[in-house]
Amino acid sequence: MVMEGRLVLLGGGSSGVSTTESAVLSKVEVVSEACSYPAESELELGLGLSLGGGGGSTGNTKAANSSWGECGRILTAKDFPSVVSHRTNNGGSSSVAVSGTKRAAETESVSHDSGSPTGVSQVVGWPPIRAYRMNSLVNQAKAQRGDELESGIGEKDKPKDALKKKLDYNGKQTSSATVNEKAYLGFVKVNMDGIPIGRKVDLNAHSSYEGLAQALEDMFLRSANSAEKEPLTMASKLLDGSSEFVLTYEDKEGDWMLVGDVPWRMFVGSVRRLRIMRTSEANGLAPRFNESNDRQRSKPI
Amino acid sequence: MQKRLAYSLPDEVLEHVFSFIQSDKDRNAVSAVCKSWYEIERWCRRKIFVGNCYAVSPGMVIRRFPEVRSVELKGKPHFADFNLVPDGWGGYVLPWIAEMAGAYPWLEAIRLKRMVVTDESLELIAKSFKNFKVLVLSSCEGFSTDGLAAIAASCKNLRELDLRESDVDDLSGHWLSNFPETYTSMVSLNISCLGSDEVSISALERLVSRCPNLRSLRLNRAVPLDKIANILRLAPQLIEFGTGAYSAELRSDVFSNLAGAFSNCKELKSLSGFWDVVPDYLPAIYSVCSRLTSLNLSYATIQSPDLLKLVSHCPSLQRLLVLDYIEDSGLEALASNCKDLQELRVFPSDPFGVEPNASLTEQGLVAVSLGCPKLQSVLYFCRRMSNAALVTIAKNRPNLTRFRLCIIEPRTADYLTLEPFDIGFGAIVEHCKDLRRLSLSGLLTDLVFEYIGTYAKKLEMLSVAFAGDSDLGLHYVLSGCKSLRKLEIRDCPFGDKALLANASKLETMRSLWMSSCSVSYGACKLLGQKMPKLNAEVIDERGPPGSRPESCPVEKLYIYRSVAGPRFDMPPFVWTMNEDSTLRLS
Repeated sequence: MVMEGRLVLLGGGSSGVSTTESAVLSKVEVVSEACSYPAESELELGLGLSLGGGGGSTGNTKAANSSWGECGRILTAKDFPSVVSHRTNNGGSSSVAVSGTKRAAETESVSHDSGSPTGVSQVVGWPPIRAYRMNSLVNQAKAQRGDELESGIGEKDKPKDALKKKLDYNGKQTSSATVNEKAYLGFVKVNMDGIPIGRKVDLNAHSSYEGLAQALEDMFLRSANSAEKEPLTMASKLLDGSSEFVLTYEDKEGDWMLVGDVPWRMFVGSVRRLRIMRTSEANGLAPRFNESNDRQRSKPI
Repeated sequence: MQKRLAYSLPDEVLEHVFSFIQSDKDRNAVSAVCKSWYEIERWCRRKIFVGNCYAVSPGMVIRRFPEVRSVELKGKPHFADFNLVPDGWGGYVLPWIAEMAGAYPWLEAIRLKRMVVTDESLELIAKSFKNFKVLVLSSCEGFSTDGLAAIAASCKNLRELDLRESDVDDLSGHWLSNFPETYTSMVSLNISCLGSDEVSISALERLVSRCPNLRSLRLNRAVPLDKIANILRLAPQLIEFGTGAYSAELRSDVFSNLAGAFSNCKELKSLSGFWDVVPDYLPAIYSVCSRLTSLNLSYATIQSPDLLKLVSHCPSLQRLLVLDYIEDSGLEALASNCKDLQELRVFPSDPFGVEPNASLTEQGLVAVSLGCPKLQSVLYFCRRMSNAALVTIAKNRPNLTRFRLCIIEPRTADYLTLEPFDIGFGAIVEHCKDLRRLSLSGLLTDLVFEYIGTYAKKLEMLSVAFAGDSDLGLHYVLSGCKSLRKLEIRDCPFGDKALLANASKLETMRSLWMSSCSVSYGACKLLGQKMPKLNAEVIDERGPPGSRPESCPVEKLYIYRSVAGPRFDMPPFVWTMNEDSTLRLS
């Protein structure tokens, strides 16, 4: 009764599958499936027999069916160069508020740090430390790392950054945390103008601005409607300034910048949160392609 | 009938009697005695606790309990703390606030945990409840300092504003200034979650100086150390205090000012904060240490010798949160100094490090279990453990009520014998007869679940990860743990059989979470269809479960009992199994 991973999209399928036919098929299959289950009271747990769906394997979420991600997405980042944005199996979905279990192998391919061995298999949500607590440790590590990366730019000595003062006292923590905190701690908040509830995106699932932009488009368009097409109010051009919205970020010094100005790794090291802002409100932010030294400071209102 | 009536008391008397009954369980029991008691009780219930905001609708609560003054709600499943619940899942408080705004004009207290709170909700609270006194937002998100500004401006009688561990959008540090000059009633203020967001220090100082009843003040990281002394001098009556970043250039005048300010606080019992600690400033708190009952150093990246010294100054300590920098030696010192210790939490300073970051092993925990006779609650992250240690701990401390062990690497075996930890955890549940909460880790087979099912009769919450061999494990737990209310499971080979065979058990529990297990879509549907009192929700970001074979395992499953039916606010990646699934295929 295998459905061969075919997609059933009612009223929105762009995959060319004849939806009514599949719908009927699946309906029939569902009914027969339900009938084949024994009534609850008769269900015998065969103690002693080898049970366990999947024979001991942990339920996998990286099933090879990524067709949903491809067929269901309304936008494609046609305008972006075909940089491999992320290599996890699920199309766009894994970059959105990560949910599945990423095994060490996958995260290693995603991580763009060169060849540092991962100690603990970097599985989502493990070890079970609250994001709140991890962010605290990360902010200390990020501050250190960010300072190292920014040594050429010379914006370091600002009194209001209280994080700087303690650098000498955390010698032990620096090296391993800087490498490994990224796998777990790449979540930053992202808000979009006009949408009251923000989301979170995992920066570590991407290795480029294009991948990030694509994920954000998925996130904010998919959340608006599940399987329907709607005229796009936000074109897939967040990065080149030609759409109604621009992507901005707040760095660890509290300044709002346009995304895309600095090398990706530097961005990841200094970003605190993102905002998809209406272009009309983005005046006063660093214009694209200017030198970073010229950047103006302004907090969007 | 006449005889009966002679024995019944007037309503007012009963109401007066009921007013002494505070616990929800007892109140529920009272209301079940007879119809008239039900009626009387429902009119005089003042406090409501809803452990799962989707278990009941606001309308139902309001209809039954018309005169409520205090509401507590919890939203997302616990595993949301670890990013296992995708954003947008739900847990919105606005519908509750909107209905309560009309029904409970005299509402005084709202306590929320893991819920999405918007500025609109906060503004509605500020507008609707004239006698509003207590707002506790624990691990909440979705709001900004604008919402807080509205609360500050309007809630003249606010006593408690506690934002513990919430995720707040900082738009402006000036929201504190919205408390009018005439406002003087603050008793407890916790803004520690605001992190590096700056708060106007002068507004803070003015607020503190005009609130003589302020007893608990927890500042955020951005409040510099050199401002602490002044704040403390304005509030020497504090019982609980949380510092900001505990670092500054070493200067003797700053130090002595700080030490003086602390020693002035004769009632200080609890300290927290301590981000970015400069060890040389720690002695400033020594004058307070002998009275301290609670100390949260879990953000303090100071090394073992400093921690050891500090801890030896605190003989009255009942609660300690600390990083693994404390090491076994520090825990041994704790065990010999702090005989009143009830709760210990040790967090990893470097959870992803290749090598252990600090010399913290199972020995530290064993020492504490031996030396601290009142120890009840443990949360311990470590990198190695042995069954022998667990058995020792269990025998030393049969009074444990909460035991959460996290051996950092999944499926790690006993380092001495290379065996699974079945025996060790088995000893814990066998000896600790009052155990209410347990979190497992390390290499575990179905056997540990057999022990848990056999012995853990008071267990209410169980967290399981990377454990077990087969459905038997799940079956043992569901069929054996009489008091189980919350079960959360991830990455275990549990499938359909145990779940379906124990489906009715789920109606006696608050909720079940299973992610990355082997529960099939078909089984979820069956549960949803057969069990109308349960909401069975599948979370799957790959797309509609119906687009895959029925036998395909779902990503995540969250089942909870509810009298409100399936919820209406599910995001696209959550599917309810409760409707007739032949009608809904996407």
